[in-house]
Amino acid sequence: MSAAPQTNGIYIEQLNKSFSQPGAGELHYIIQDVNLTVKGGEFFILLGPSGCGKSTLLGLIAGFVSKTSGQVMVGEREVESPGQDRAVVFQQADSSLFPWLNVRENVEFGLRMKRMPATMRREISDRYISLVGLAGHEQKFPRELSGGMKQRVQLARVLSNDPAILLMDEPFGALDAMTRRTMQRELVNIWRKTNKTVIFVTHDIQEALLLGERIGIMSAGPSSRITDIYDVPLPYPRDLSEPEFHRLHNRIQEHFDD
Amino acid sequence: MSNNMIKGIRQLIFWFVILAAWQLLAWVYGPEILPGPIDTAKGGYELLQDGTLLSYIGISSYRVLLGWTLGSLIAIPAGLIIGKVNAVRAIAEPFLNFIRFIPPIAFITLFLVWFGIGETSKVALILYATFFIVVLNTLTGVLSVEEDKIRSARSMGASEWQTVLHVIIPATVPYMFTGVRLAMGTSFMAIIGAEMIASNEGVGYLIWNSRLFFRTDWIFVGLICLGLMGFLTDRAVALLGRKLLSRYGVVSTQALRR
Repeated sequence: MSAAPQTNGIYIEQLNKSFSQPGAGELHYIIQDVNLTVKGGEFFILLGPSGCGKSTLLGLIAGFVSKTSGQVMVGEREVESPGQDRAVVFQQADSSLFPWLNVRENVEFGLRMKRMPATMRREISDRYISLVGLAGHEQKFPRELSGGMKQRVQLARVLSNDPAILLMDEPFGALDAMTRRTMQRELVNIWRKTNKTVIFVTHDIQEALLLGERIGIMSAGPSSRITDIYDVPLPYPRDLSEPEFHRLHNRIQEHFDD
Repeated sequence: MSNNMIKGIRQLIFWFVILAAWQLLAWVYGPEILPGPIDTAKGGYELLQDGTLLSYIGISSYRVLLGWTLGSLIAIPAGLIIGKVNAVRAIAEPFLNFIRFIPPIAFITLFLVWFGIGETSKVALILYATFFIVVLNTLTGVLSVEEDKIRSARSMGASEWQTVLHVIIPATVPYMFTGVRLAMGTSFMAIIGAEMIASNEGVGYLIWNSRLFFRTDWIFVGLICLGLMGFLTDRAVALLGRKLLSRYGVVSTQALRR
């Protein structure tokens, strides 16, 4: 590392996650020898086929999964457990939102855990609820919302804790194509406004190219690793019809063709 | 005609047919073997007049409500601890699965020896009947809380204790409620057994004692009272659940089946 670590940068060295099958004795690697540096404020994409260990890598950064060996650092601190500096947006809003809390209460959850006074909580939740376009829906419960709206709640909920890093695990995978495009556009806007470091997991090349500044390609598991990293030198908002977009799309596609 | 009216008329016809068949059979076999609805109503009126019926219903309900409330109050925290703490669960689960196959009635003699002939032994029996059902349901609830909910709470800064209080308990409420509701039914069965064997009052005593006078009509009165008491308390509990706990996903008005 040439420069000093940034507090919102992610530094991964020689990271391994393995498990031993009972009886068999030998080690099975889910991910093997992953090295990655994500700069503070960067929008980084982890792209790979289903089951390649993208979510495991994200879980290791989040602190949900314990590593076998290697290093995961956020700034100068080793990741050992989940923390408020690393917010997670899950693929399934239904399993991660709290159905007994309405939109506002879900968004204020982290603030309540910090015992922030109600008036301050209100101010912050108001800001992020309107940032994700849910103003007017504060009193609704998750079961009354569409899939896209639920993902907006997830986003507002993590943003209200003002984390340095957003870890997103295929958050738009379950949405219909139109909602998905809207959410992608808005995520880029929010990222540019808030300047968070984002690690976004997807298996969709187009989504990767629409969102990311850099794209890390993960090989198919087991023993998955990051094989290539592409820079996406296109300005935001990204234009699907641009020749460079197509060129990159085709080049990345080649990784998954065989 | 509205749907509800058709439903109501169907119900009415159904009950009329049942009563008619009952009366018909009573005429065939004679009132000593099978007292008909008219004889049963007469017997019931008799018992109402001298006040025994209401006082018996009162005493049986009191025993059930006290034992059931105490049992639930102890069982819910116990279920939470067993579900949350793996070390406790490893020890407690085999024991729970062993003891839940011993019906409360089987303990009557022992409870009489341990707690005396008075109210304590009956309340203790109901407590026992309630406890294991509520513990097992609460425990199941704790184990079914989605991992994503716990993870998202942790990464929003919730401590271990806050996660229990603000995620695990609210997510488990529907399971606790199901347990509590099922336990109510079991409690009624247990109290009747206890009152038959060791009591001088109560609906169970009425049913058992009527054999001495060969008053089969009183037995029928007791049976009908039991059905009504069970039905009404179950409805009351369901209504309370719907009114107070709908936020936690308690919505069912359907009668539970065991």
